[in-house]
Amino acid sequence: MLKAMLREAWQAMGANRLRTILTMLGMVIGVGSVVLMMAIGQGAQYAVAQTISTMGSNLYILISGSTSTGGLRSGGGGGPTLTVADAEAIAELDGVANVAPVHQGTQQLVYGPNNWSSTVVGTTPPYLEARAWTIVSGHPFGDSDVRSATRVALIGQTAADNLFANDDPLGKTIRIRQSPFVIIGVLGKKGQNLDGRDQDDTLIIPLSTAQRKVFGTPFAGSVRLIMVQATSAEAMASVERSMTALLRQRHRIREGQDNDFYLRNLAAAADSAAETTRVMSVLLGAIASVSLLVGGIGIMNIMLVSVTERTREIGIRMAIGARQKDILTQFLLEALMISVAGCLIGLVLGIAGALLTNAVTDMVIVISGGSILVAFGVAAGIGIFFGYYPAHRASGLDPIEALRHQ
Amino acid sequence: MSQVVIRTLAVGKSYRTAAGPFAALSGVDLAIEAGEFVAIMGPSGSGKSTFMNLLGCLDTPTSGDYFLVGRNVAQLGKDELATLRNRTIGFVFQGFNLLPRMTLADNVALPLVYAGVERDARRARALQELARVGLGDYAASLPSRISGGQQQRVAIARALVNSPQLILADEPTGNLDSHTSEEIMALFTELNREGITIVLVTHEPDIAACARRQVRFLDGRLVSDVPTAARALAAC
Ligand SMILES: Nc1ncnc2c1ncn2[C@@H]1O[C@H](COP(=O)(O)OP(=O)(O)OP(=O)(O)O)[C@@H](O)[C@H]1O
Ligand SMILES: [Mg+2]
Repeated sequence: MLKAMLREAWQAMGANRLRTILTMLGMVIGVGSVVLMMAIGQGAQYAVAQTISTMGSNLYILISGSTSTGGLRSGGGGGPTLTVADAEAIAELDGVANVAPVHQGTQQLVYGPNNWSSTVVGTTPPYLEARAWTIVSGHPFGDSDVRSATRVALIGQTAADNLFANDDPLGKTIRIRQSPFVIIGVLGKKGQNLDGRDQDDTLIIPLSTAQRKVFGTPFAGSVRLIMVQATSAEAMASVERSMTALLRQRHRIREGQDNDFYLRNLAAAADSAAETTRVMSVLLGAIASVSLLVGGIGIMNIMLVSVTERTREIGIRMAIGARQKDILTQFLLEALMISVAGCLIGLVLGIAGALLTNAVTDMVIVISGGSILVAFGVAAGIGIFFGYYPAHRASGLDPIEALRHQ
Repeated sequence: MSQVVIRTLAVGKSYRTAAGPFAALSGVDLAIEAGEFVAIMGPSGSGKSTFMNLLGCLDTPTSGDYFLVGRNVAQLGKDELATLRNRTIGFVFQGFNLLPRMTLADNVALPLVYAGVERDARRARALQELARVGLGDYAASLPSRISGGQQQRVAIARALVNSPQLILADEPTGNLDSHTSEEIMALFTELNREGITIVLVTHEPDIAACARRQVRFLDGRLVSDVPTAARALAAC
């Protein structure tokens, strides 16, 4: 019986082909845009999650200077207020995994005839672990390199590509402000950070060497930045409190006075970036869903027209023994068939659109089984929801009235 | 004594109209036994179609009782009425009422779909009935491709496909010329000989004379009920 009805529904669809196709088009566009938008939204979420995972987890950055209502201003007469000794003291606190004082800036790197402007980071060994940097060849520098200010460097992939092209950078000597540096390690690839800056365009050298040979700071022992990594996400709040208290005490800041440092929670920034893309992806999906809704209403409209047109047919069917539920099933199946067929086509077009988007814009897209399932479920739901009312109307017709209908 | 297929007891039907209730039918008592061939006659508007719709369980009386094969129709639900129409009654309409998009075989098989018969069995039964009405070669045609007389034959095949006890035909020859009408009446006569009870409405005395009993309506009342005196058509 169901098979016979399915075949009949198929015939009914074929009887008015153009109308069926136009009705289906609503579903095709709806499902297609949902699939495409979900692919883009999930892709964005994936890209952000990927970036966050390269950033290092549970990180704080302490920045010299003070915050006030005016924003960041330099404190204590212009020199950095944070010191290497501050960093060492913070390292002793509970819940702190890694602490690395940082002095960074943009410098010209020179290798033979090539030169390349890159971010030079002077720091201590814990920095690598805090930022989750890997070393793909060579080895990192150690505490002794920092103590004796050796001229060694770890090079990021972008900087390496630009300076050495296809050569192996390991063991090569480059120059920064005339000082020679030996490349002892090549860093693993990270990609962009949340601000869109290329994290691989970098050179990491010992802090002492950076301050003496590269940046030439007049305040030895002071740094602009300290990177602090908590042992876990749960530990972050207590680390923030104890770190602030410690620094205020060490810097002799009286009650009521502003901090002479600024604390930036990178984990929170990551969370908010993730949240932003999540909201964006939900919004995209919601907007696309509106077209799905419009498609559903189109189906309802056409089914109502069809019921009116076929009133006499319904009367004949009832006269020869169709029960109400037979008529209901018949019209419901027709609506369902249109929406599921539309959904299938929309799915194919949506995926094709997503792949095209990816090919043309190299935007990350993610096509998940989940989103396909959702699209399908929604299409079936729409078929039933918007098909039910017309089908119910058809099945409720009075046989005599229906037979008399012209 | 044979089985009573139709028994109406003081059946009436009144319609609500803008001018108040209108009694299209009142106090009709009629019993039809299995194997009878009854013609219903009467002027236009006398309530013949109204009565046929009641007999066919397409409509329900507003007064009196109607028993179809011993069951009081007023006590049956919509689904049970549908089943009764499907299994016990075969309808033949003036306007043929075939479904235009279906082949003749599918049209004939349609009642079997609602009876839950398997596809192969449906097809076999449909072809058998088409052959019985002389249209075995047209199984794959569409209704629009054949003549009115042929369409009415297909409609009769459809009415027969579920082996009903009773055939109800409301002016089955109303849209046909006299020659074709005669052929259709020959078919009905043959079916009646095979034991099927037939009730048909007609305006034409010649057609009515094919039946063995003639019932006359006037203004919603049954006014005469007589056996047929003499056959008029050679075919019957
Ligand atoms: N749904 C309805 N609402 C109101 N009045 C109706 C309705 N159906 C039929 N009637 C009236 O009931 C009366 C009987 O109608 P019916 O169709 O039974 O006549 P009939 O004998 O079949 O006539 P004909 O020979 O022209 O087919 C008519 O006066 C008609 O106007
Ligand atoms: Mg009539």
